[in-house]
Amino acid sequence: MIHEPTGRLDEGALRVLVPRVLAGLVRRGEDFDASEDAVQEALLEAMRTWPEHPPRDPGAWLTTVATRRLVDARRSEAARRRREEATYAEPRPAATDDGDDALFLLFCCCHPDLAPASQVALTLRAVGGLSTREIADAFYVPEATMAQRISRAKRALHGRRLCRPGDLAVVLRVLYLIYTAGHAGRVDLAGEAIRLARQLTLATEEPEARGLLALMLLNHARLPARLDSDGRIVTLDRQDRGRWDRREIAEGVRVLQSALAVQRPGRYQLEAAIAALHDDAASAEETDWPQILAWYDDLVALTDDPVRQDPAAMLGRAVAVGHVLGAAAGLRETDRLREVLGERHRWHAVRGHLHELSGDPSAAAAAYAEAARRATNVAERDHLVRQAARARH
Amino acid sequence: MPKYLLLKHYRGGPEPHHPFPPMDQWEPEDVEAHIAFQRHVSELLKENGEYVDAQALTPARTWVRYGGPDAAPVTTDGPHPETSDLIAGWYMIDVESRERAVDLAAYVSSEPGPGGGPLYEWIDVREVMSDAPRTTDQA
Repeated sequence: MIHEPTGRLDEGALRVLVPRVLAGLVRRGEDFDASEDAVQEALLEAMRTWPEHPPRDPGAWLTTVATRRLVDARRSEAARRRREEATYAEPRPAATDDGDDALFLLFCCCHPDLAPASQVALTLRAVGGLSTREIADAFYVPEATMAQRISRAKRALHGRRLCRPGDLAVVLRVLYLIYTAGHAGRVDLAGEAIRLARQLTLATEEPEARGLLALMLLNHARLPARLDSDGRIVTLDRQDRGRWDRREIAEGVRVLQSALAVQRPGRYQLEAAIAALHDDAASAEETDWPQILAWYDDLVALTDDPVRQDPAAMLGRAVAVGHVLGAAAGLRETDRLREVLGERHRWHAVRGHLHELSGDPSAAAAAYAEAARRATNVAERDHLVRQAARARH
Repeated sequence: MPKYLLLKHYRGGPEPHHPFPPMDQWEPEDVEAHIAFQRHVSELLKENGEYVDAQALTPARTWVRYGGPDAAPVTTDGPHPETSDLIAGWYMIDVESRERAVDLAAYVSSEPGPGGGPLYEWIDVREVMSDAPRTTDQA
């Protein structure tokens, strides 16, 4: 499994072992920071030696080598301390929690005290097993900057008790952040987020974890149709639905149904239900907009003041209103969001779509042009400029 | 995480907070303090894990355009060199939010000027467009 037929090391299979080995060390009472370094060193050693000398039990091998590194590090640290005549700290007692390794590590990496960028970087390294170089490439920052971000995050965790269960809502948010960061460089972050969410659903019965996995799968299934061969954005209503990944959709629907059966709905389950209805339509015309609107009503009912607390959901709902009750009603819904979202490109893009629906191409063109001026993504800006030009002609 | 350029200008931008002479007329220790502060900003950004790039530009400017088929490029140093904006350099940062970028720009602007007090220089904050393809659909 670790070796491909060519004799090359299968890095993917190697990375799967990381959470188990790291969680084992941290549960034993080792420091998270030092353990993470030790596991990374053990991985490098594995890549060096395994092609020649494959181990019988890869996980045990990594644990042994990482432990040796930890002992070495402690020895030199102890020597330093003796030189400084500092007092010895009592060894920390081993934690006894035996929950799932991935979940345990996700709670460590998504500690609520860390900034989102740090939670993302630490999760990708400690749970995903990606190298600092790969994470840096994925976010287009210098490797030294990402290394610094990771080591600051680890320092922030230093000395904290990491055996208590953490905040699952934060973990879900971090995984979704990784998913929406997309894929760049050598690393498919969306695929990585799906892999981590799958691991998470094995460790917790919480329906929102399955809701998140379903949401990712149901969105990811449309990826092959989302860009044309020239890299241009293709909107949902114009996508070639034959290119959607049916296997991923089927899995997403299955996961979603098992979550909804628990009858504790949350935002990820509701968003996944909306995505499932889009995926289910054989053509744009057959989209079940009344049902989508009903799910949006549930979604915005999750907060007391959705205009301020969840404007993105309100904007999505405005599109559904436009398709069910008419474009004018949809535009009225967007009016309520002007104060909160009026500076964002999405608000103008949705207005462009609704103006088109109402048969007013010149208002649509003006809205798309406004959206293009506010876009923060190159492909989206180009797409909105094209939409404006298309509406004008 | 969004990236921003914090642009410094030799000239141009809004009305300055207070008039100050060009740097070559400052006291040598003020020049040293100013340069040391810029180095310190780069180091701070690196320490924070927010650093992407920092560069300075020479003030000499050449405008170039296509000269047409079989013609040499057309160049000029500009019709209004005294009044147009002239970029002096930048920090590129990768941060959590626009608010963080604005805070860092204000810090850059607090750099010491002649006499050692803050320069209150205007910093132009520009968001860098992301190149990563989105994984969700849009209208």
